Amino acid sequence: MVIGLSHYLAVAAILFTIGVFGIFVNRKNVIIILMCVELILLAVNINFVSFSTHMAESSGSNPMAGQVFALFILTVAAAEAAVGLAILVVYFRNRGNINVENIDLMKG
Amino acid sequence: MLIAISFYSLAFVSVAAAFMVVASKNPVHSVLYLILTFFSAAGLFILMGAEFLALLIIMVYVGAVAVLFLFVVMMLDVDFVELKQGFLSYLPVGALVAIILLLEMLMVGAAYFAGETKTVVVRDNGVSNLEAFGQVLYTDYAGVFEAAGFVLLVAMIGAIVLTLRKREGVRKQIPSEQIARTKEKGLKMVDIKPGVGIE
Repeated sequence: MVIGLSHYLAVAAILFTIGVFGIFVNRKNVIIILMCVELILLAVNINFVSFSTHMAESSGSNPMAGQVFALFILTVAAAEAAVGLAILVVYFRNRGNINVENIDLMKG
Repeated sequence: MLIAISFYSLAFVSVAAAFMVVASKNPVHSVLYLILTFFSAAGLFILMGAEFLALLIIMVYVGAVAVLFLFVVMMLDVDFVELKQGFLSYLPVGALVAIILLLEMLMVGAAYFAGETKTVVVRDNGVSNLEAFGQVLYTDYAGVFEAAGFVLLVAMIGAIVLTLRKREGVRKQIPSEQIARTKEKGLKMVDIKPGVGIE
């Protein structure tokens, strides 16, 4: 049995769906929402890398581009987690809880 | 055959762990399952032949991001049972959206791959993954690479600025005042008269 591009794409699709599902279901818990965003970005990374490694070398395009892009997504994901968690810590310090439903209290 | 077995086991573990991230009651368990997901995804990357990214994922996600999550989860003293309460009421809508998303993606994939029999060619040109990475990263994508560094710098400054706070009653070192101190400000010459002493 040959494992091809479509197998990896299916795994990425399932991971992406679980991430979106988690955001819908855990609407109150910001930490889980941030983790779900990380899951979604991981699914995108799997897509990029699988296309990169399964793509034929054609003139004018380098298949490594997908992996380089995955590296940049990794960078942005790490930065996003750091800033998001910092915001969460500040919010907790001000309010004493992390209920997302009260975040729009100021209606700014 | 071995590749198929390892693919299916890694894929199953990553999907099951991702589901447990969403479903588990305790956020600490969620973080641990997230680590498991990333670890299995790194295994998938190795199967695809992207070793460098696999090791990078383990380093960045398991080593940095997951530890950051764990730190925040354990630092915030929150009643997580209360946060979990809306789970069942949001379940139908979430499940509906999830099923539609998955069906759409699978349909697009099936339609795309149904017509062609040979869309996939695995490259093997004798260059290691790391070498191929370096050949493009510092040449074609040098500008984007520096932009990524800038993104990390901005994130670092942002996180520090957000969480830094002034606390009252804490003695601090102020370097500018220390440097601006002169002999005239710090030293006083006193003529001591006999029998008087210093005031």
